[in-house]
This record gives sequence, C-alpha cells and structure tokens, in this order.
Amino acid sequence: MTTVAPAPTTAVPDEPEIVSKRPPGVIRVAFRMWRTRVGMIIVTVLVLFALFGRYVAPYGEREAVGLPFKPRGETRKSTLFGSANVGHDVWTRFLYGGKPILVAAVAATALALVLGTLVGLVAAYNRGRLDDVLMRIMDVILALPQIITALIVISMFGATTKLIVLTVGLSTVPRIARVVRGAAVSVVERDFVSAAESLGESRFRILLSELLPNVSGALLVEANLRLTFSIGLISGIAFLGFTPDPGAANWGLMINENRKGLASNHWGVTWPVIAIALLTIGTGLVGDGFSRAAAGIDRAKGDS
Amino acid sequence: MSNNWGVLKFIARRLLLGVVTLFIVSLVVFAATQLLPSDPAQAILGRDANAASTAALREKLGLDHTAFYQYTHWLKGMVTGDPGDSFNARQPILDYIGDRVVNSLFLLFLASVISIPLSLWLGGYCARKRDTTFDNVVSNAMLAVASLPEFVVGIILVLLLSVRVWHVLPAVSTIGIGQGPWSDMRGMILPTAVLVIGAVPYISRVVRASMIEVLESDYIEMARLKGAPESVVLRRHALPNALGPVFQVIALNIAYFAAGVIVVEALFNYPGIGGALRDAVRVRDIPVIQFLVMVLATVYVVTNLAADVATVLVTPRLRTRMQ
Repeated sequence: MTTVAPAPTTAVPDEPEIVSKRPPGVIRVAFRMWRTRVGMIIVTVLVLFALFGRYVAPYGEREAVGLPFKPRGETRKSTLFGSANVGHDVWTRFLYGGKPILVAAVAATALALVLGTLVGLVAAYNRGRLDDVLMRIMDVILALPQIITALIVISMFGATTKLIVLTVGLSTVPRIARVVRGAAVSVVERDFVSAAESLGESRFRILLSELLPNVSGALLVEANLRLTFSIGLISGIAFLGFTPDPGAANWGLMINENRKGLASNHWGVTWPVIAIALLTIGTGLVGDGFSRAAAGIDRAKGDS
Repeated sequence: MSNNWGVLKFIARRLLLGVVTLFIVSLVVFAATQLLPSDPAQAILGRDANAASTAALREKLGLDHTAFYQYTHWLKGMVTGDPGDSFNARQPILDYIGDRVVNSLFLLFLASVISIPLSLWLGGYCARKRDTTFDNVVSNAMLAVASLPEFVVGIILVLLLSVRVWHVLPAVSTIGIGQGPWSDMRGMILPTAVLVIGAVPYISRVVRASMIEVLESDYIEMARLKGAPESVVLRRHALPNALGPVFQVIALNIAYFAAGVIVVEALFNYPGIGGALRDAVRVRDIPVIQFLVMVLATVYVVTNLAADVATVLVTPRLRTRMQ
C-alpha cells in the first residue's frame, strides 16, 4: 500500500510548490494545547501498562491464588488487590488484559484508515458514476450499527481476533471515507491538481502526493475519533462475552466476569473500568486537540 | 408549483433509497448467516453434534433448496410477519420477542423523553453562551463522557449507586414475565440513565453547532438590523430554521438507542430485544438473530430517512432549492 508506484514521467520534476512560510502543521499546533498533552500522557501510560505490564505481573495469567472474589489478605498467596472470578490474581489479570483490546483496536483503525482514505480520495477525484457507486455502497454499510455487524459475524464465524479486527475495521471504512471525500472534493478543484495532471502524473500519484497531504488534518482528527470508538466497541464486544479465548485476560471480559463479585472484591471490575475509561478519554482528548488545531489552521488559511 | 414537485420527487427518491438499502441489508444479513458458512447447521450445533440432528436442522433451515428459494422464503416470512420459530426458545419468534419489544420500547421512550429536551436545551444554551466558562466546562465534560463506552458508564453508575458507595438503586432490573416494565420503575432508573448519558453529549453537540449556525446567519442579523424585537427574531426567523435540527436530533437519538440497547440491556439484565440479540448470538439462534437485526436495521434506516424528509419539509431554504 505504501510503496509508491514509479511514475512514468519521472524525468519531469515535481511541481515546485511555492513555499511561502509554511504554517506549522496540525500536530505541532495540537501539541501546544494542554488537552493534547494530557491526553497523550494518559494514553502513553496505559499503552505501557497494556503492552509491558505482563512482564512485571506477580503471577501467571492463569495461575490460581485462592478462592474466587476474595479481597486482599484473604487469598492463599499474597495479592495486591485480591482474587478474581475463578481465583486468579486481579492485578495480574489486569496487567495482561489490555493488550488484546489495544492491539485489535489499533489494527482495526489502521485497516479502516488505509481503505477509507483510498475510497474517499478515489470518489472525490473521479466524481460522477464511480463516486456515486462507492458512496452508495458506503451508505449501505452505514445502515447497520457497527456493534450489530460485529455480532452477526461473530455469531456465525466465532470471535477470533482476525475476524473482530476485520469486521470493526471494514465497518469503520465508510465513516472515514465520507470525511476524506468531503475534505478532498474542494481540493480536487484547486490549480495544483490540474497542474499535476497536465504534467502527466499518474492518478495514483495525484491521489497520494497532491490530495492526501491536503486532507491530512481532517484525516488525523477522524483517525483519533475512530480509534476511540474502536476501543469502546472492541471492549464492549468482549464485555458481552465474545473474546477469542475465554480463558485469557481481557479488560472488557474481566468487567463482565467479576460483576458477580462486586460486593466482596470490587477491584476485578474497578481496575479495568478505570483503564478503559482513561484510555478512551485520553484518545478523545488527543483527538479534540487535533480537531481544534485543524479548525484553527483552516480558519487561518481562509483569512489569508 | 414546480417547487412542490421538487419536494415530492425528493421524498420519493429518499423512500426508494431507503427500501433499496433495507433490501441490500437483508441480502447481506441473510448471506452472512445462512449462505456464507459452508454448513450453517454444523456451525449452529457445533462440531460434535450428531448427524441426525444436523440433518434435521438442515431440513428446517431449508438448506437443500437453492439459495434463491431460501432467501425469498425467508424474506416473505419477514415481510408478512411470520419470521418462523426460535431454535432456542422453541416457540414462534413473535411470541418469544413480543414482551421484549414492549420492554425495549418503554426503555427507549423513557430515555428519549429525558434526553431529547435535555440535549436541545443544553445545546441551545451553550450556543447562546458560546465561549463562556459555562460553555467551556460543559463541552469539556461532554467530550470526556462522549469518549466512554456505554458499559463503562453503566458499571461506574452501578459501583457508585448500587453496590459500593451508596446502596440506593438496584443493579439489575427485575421485571416479571407478563408484567409491564412499569412494574419496576426503580429498576428502570439506571438503564435509562446510561442511555441518556450516552446520547446527550453527542446530540447536544450537534444542536450547539446548528444553533450557532442559525444565530450567526445573515437573515437573523438582517431581522435584528431592521429593528424586529428579539422575541420576533427568535420565533419568526430563528425557530423555523432550527426545527430541522430538532428532527435530526430525534432521529439521531433513536438511531443511537438502536445500537445502545444491546450493551445496556445486557449490562442490567433488562429483558428487551438488545439483550435477546446478545443471547441469540451466544447460542447461535439464527432465526432470532436474523429477525432482530432486521428490526434494528429498519428502525435505524427509517428514522434517518424520516429525519432527512422532515428536515427538508421544515427548512424553507432547502425546500426552495429543490426545483
């Protein structure tokens, strides 16, 4: 996907962009805001927990430490936060349980970004028939809420990681495609696109090097929003009881399993709830920072 | 008069598009559940089912017939109100689902009655108080809440209000069979609250944006400049143009609930169609899955369509553009 096909007319140099004091990019503007920084710190901490927590876990993922739902001090082996539903260590399960959600959500969002951007750019650039057909297909996918699409697939083919990533990713494509198309439609009309066309640049190259950089702000905002939703959706699916491996630790599933023991040991629910809440709020804050930065930059562009 | 024709044509086109969309959705749902799996009967019963029961199920699903026959047969059942029997409950789907539809509608009704006026008020108020402290605080809080998945909101409420901190509300609803959901109003509070908390941030944001657009428009400024009193400006000029968004809000709200009920009902053991869909997926009760998905998709598509049409009908600007 990322390999740019060598353009047939490489002898012609790229259209020289008149660089007149380039304004700072969306990312740099966004990171001047406290919300983006705070969001990024929260997300980083949780990602570290999710990816590397397992290496410092006191017990094994499926190691029993005592009877179910015992608070700290009443388990057979010493624990920080007591035991979970089948007698596992709550803290260990927590340290193990973030990775499946995080990895699946990031993979699904990445898949949706690549395909959604491609569909959106192609639709905006070609307009006419192809645009209509592509966007109607997107509308049909949008006619089903994502969680329902996911449940249909899971019901027939099982809740494997691959399928969850594919379903969540593909059902996110139209949402991204719409935004990208919307942002790209006005760019297609600009002079530098026709200049590139008259220079004989390939269509693919025009999409990637002329259109894509000009919708990157909108794309960044949407990517963050979709990542937040995907985390919520994938942990929600796990909460409903659909995970690739019912015995493996998973924040969403943990909340479901340990609900019964809320009265005796609430930590099995509290920790994953805090983690999912902070993770989604963190990505939400970063996304909001990006969207404010993008809006500010657009406004500045419009003024000049 | 040509004006009216434009609107009629628009409505006809939207209706057609809605029907086509639902038709394609039905194809996709049917294909995913019955045609794509190499042997749905085996998939439903699991690997170690005996040959006789798989054969019986295959017969029941009509798997020996052509795909076209299976689909048309199924679609006819859906449209004529005879969607067949539930595998798991061993009774006609409509009998199994009937009470649950009432329960879900009641939940939807309660949540809408609270969240629609609340989002309109909050969005409208924030638009008028734009960029004040109140607006900033509300929009930051909304941003945080909007990022949270529904089940996280629900569990936080359960932790705070029913199990750990205060013990004031039941964590599960206890609606008896045959009794209406109104028999357990205390049990309704948390499920309703979760749906409202899920819907309000996202809808009030839409309201705020469209109110700002209306209040900043040239015709409002024109009305003010020509000396119309503020009440007339709001009633005669702003309100008709803000009505479009209201319909959108109601549609967004219902469309949001169509997905939200699945998690919320599972969370509170609420006996509605969302919980039924989760249960059906668990035991691979294909006819129930097909039926419920079509019901929820229809609700979703029809509300969006109604919103589009209503928006055009109440917005003079859009109406005149369609000639």
